[in-house]
Amino acid sequence: MTIDWIHFTPWLSLGGGILLGLASAAFILVNGRILGISGILGGLLVPRLGDIGWRIAFLLGMAAAPFVSGLLLPSGYLEAPRIEAGYIAIAVAGLLVGFGTRYGSGCTSGHGVCGLSRLSPRSLVSTLTFMGLGFLVVYVMRHAF
Amino acid sequence: MQHRISEFLIGLLFGLGLILSGMTDPGKVIGFLDIFGAWDPSLALVMAGAIAVGFFAFAFAKKRTVNFLGGTLHLPKSNQIDKPLVIGAVLFGAGWGLAGFCPGPGLVSMASGQVKGVLFVVFMVIGMQLFEMFNRRVSKPK
Repeated sequence: MTIDWIHFTPWLSLGGGILLGLASAAFILVNGRILGISGILGGLLVPRLGDIGWRIAFLLGMAAAPFVSGLLLPSGYLEAPRIEAGYIAIAVAGLLVGFGTRYGSGCTSGHGVCGLSRLSPRSLVSTLTFMGLGFLVVYVMRHAF
Repeated sequence: MQHRISEFLIGLLFGLGLILSGMTDPGKVIGFLDIFGAWDPSLALVMAGAIAVGFFAFAFAKKRTVNFLGGTLHLPKSNQIDKPLVIGAVLFGAGWGLAGFCPGPGLVSMASGQVKGVLFVVFMVIGMQLFEMFNRRVSKPK
């Protein structure tokens, strides 16, 4: 194993992670909800009366983030995203992520952050599984052939 | 209204966290997942930072019955480690490794106008809709 020192951003990532933790903390304590993106979005596909507004408000806030970060941060402060996957891979990935997160009741935020924070065995199993598959798929794509 | 404002602001804070941490950069995610190549450990610090804060918040939340705005505190009750949990995580992990997007960063990427972010979210929503159709078939009484 070699470390990719060029792309390693310890302070930004730790700081960003703390913001994710603060947002998850505020969501459970102030609004009484688990901050899980796949659940928040997926719930809109089976809309129930009185269960829509909070999801929309949260998602709009998230959608505003790129604009706010554009205002707050000097341009070029963050590296531009590198998206290597082609259109077909992106579409297949979208299908897998959409179906898988709903079937498995959560994603990186709901299981990975909130679930591990509350020491849920279910979320530990989920996180180890999706991370394991992530390692495996990247290994196969980058090193197997 | 108080609720809607707080939900919006928390969504914004979460989105900013994703952007700052590097989660919205699929190259960074894949760099983290590539332990046999040039490994970028950044995302381990994202998890560490988030859980360090979340741990105390959820410990506190478990002792409460209502949220700060006076409503219900919705904590998950299920404890069962079952097939859907594992199969779902397998499918999700495969998709995550394939493109480097998970749901939150996909949405933020779409909002920032990335064409591939839009494409990812469109297919993610289709995947979620397929799950709803599958779920209705499976849970239909025989």
